[in-house]
Amino acid sequence: MTVNGDKVTREIEPRVLLVHFIRENLGLTGTHWGCDTSNCGTCVVLMDGQPVKSCTVLAAMADGHDIRTVEGLAVGGTLDPVQQGFMEEHGLQCGFCTPGMMLTARALLDRNPHPDDAEIRQAISGQICRCTGYATIVRSVQWAAAHPLGTDAATDDGGAGATIEEGVTA
Amino acid sequence: MQIPAPFDYERASDVANALVLLERHGPESRIIAGGHSLLPMMKLRLARPEWLIDINDLAELDFIRREGDQLRIGALTRHTTLLESADVAELFPIIRDAEQVIADPVVRNRGTIGGSLCQADPAEDLSTVCDVLRAQAVIRGPDGERIVAMSDFHRGPYETAVAQNELLYEIRFTIHPRSGSAYEKVERRVGDWAVVAAGAAVGLSQDGTIEEAAIGLTAVGLDGTVPEAEATLRGRQPHEDLFIEAARIAAAVCHPVDDQRGPVDYKRHLADELTRRVLRRACARAAGAQEG
Repeated sequence: MTVNGDKVTREIEPRVLLVHFIRENLGLTGTHWGCDTSNCGTCVVLMDGQPVKSCTVLAAMADGHDIRTVEGLAVGGTLDPVQQGFMEEHGLQCGFCTPGMMLTARALLDRNPHPDDAEIRQAISGQICRCTGYATIVRSVQWAAAHPLGTDAATDDGGAGATIEEGVTA
Repeated sequence: MQIPAPFDYERASDVANALVLLERHGPESRIIAGGHSLLPMMKLRLARPEWLIDINDLAELDFIRREGDQLRIGALTRHTTLLESADVAELFPIIRDAEQVIADPVVRNRGTIGGSLCQADPAEDLSTVCDVLRAQAVIRGPDGERIVAMSDFHRGPYETAVAQNELLYEIRFTIHPRSGSAYEKVERRVGDWAVVAAGAAVGLSQDGTIEEAAIGLTAVGLDGTVPEAEATLRGRQPHEDLFIEAARIAAAVCHPVDDQRGPVDYKRHLADELTRRVLRRACARAAGAQEG
């Protein structure tokens, strides 16, 4: 399969779940592993651009597909506008749900660049946050929608583009 | 950590190949599509197949086609695709109603109509929808194709008419003029199974009387639709008093059980109220009225 643009090949047992393949075989621990029952959504990754719960997909089923994890959100050292939005609007506290929330938000904005609050809430309704609550997450996604090019395009703060060095990694 | 017991895995290249693989690997082999019902059951050892045959590559099973007086939906059609289909929304709004409340948006990206029907969970929404629409299941096996009415498809909880060496190929829905349908569910939170849900479909005659009616209830122990309530509706004009009468019958004949989702009297109340609502909405849709 392709993960964040890189072709990866491993010999695995058929029963290995995609979430464990990503975390343990590839060492990409940004994808979190939570309830294991496809309820909490912290394991969400993008499969061919669509959010899926990776605890309920076999790694073997993802063979030949394009997987994007939170590590693949930033491009060339610049955080994705969604990541910047979560920083600007305090969309995270403990950070456990954050990778899945951001990937679902990215997929939403790719399909619908100007969602209303209800559409954002609908998109993340299969994912659970237990600290900040959803209001700041919705604001974070709205920030990203309002700044499709990130802070470089912002007119109100004049700040330089956020980079991974000065930002957060999940 | 929940991990399925060991099994072998093979991808089918087309429907014929999937049937060959089912024959070859025998009674302990199972088809996997979206996997959002089967994999959780495998983690809990409630299912323990020795072979999984992955049909996710079978694009030939992923279609929504309007042909003559039928809408044909391939078994591998994802919930998200059904939810976004203009044909489905126009012809069978009950499917769209149900798809909005099946699991959650991320799960709907993987789960399929065929998987939902074959899983045959007693609280599964599309089973009620297909019962109410008097759908037909097209099943392919080594001896060819056979068509099974939805009333014969479900044989009980987690059991269907699909034999071990067969594959659900498509679901067919007959398009009726002047018809309307609706579904409504009460759930504790997004993604949960229904506490209770109700579905209804009606066909009106030229003068507006109810010619054909179907009522189904989810998660209250009903096998198929509710003929007693349907008989009450036929030949009469849609009216609030009629909906109340039919809903009372439906609520009386169902068999809810007391569990963590609620006590029996609450569920019976929901069955009554939800049946009224879906009848109201189905009749309004059939009459071409604006959505209330």
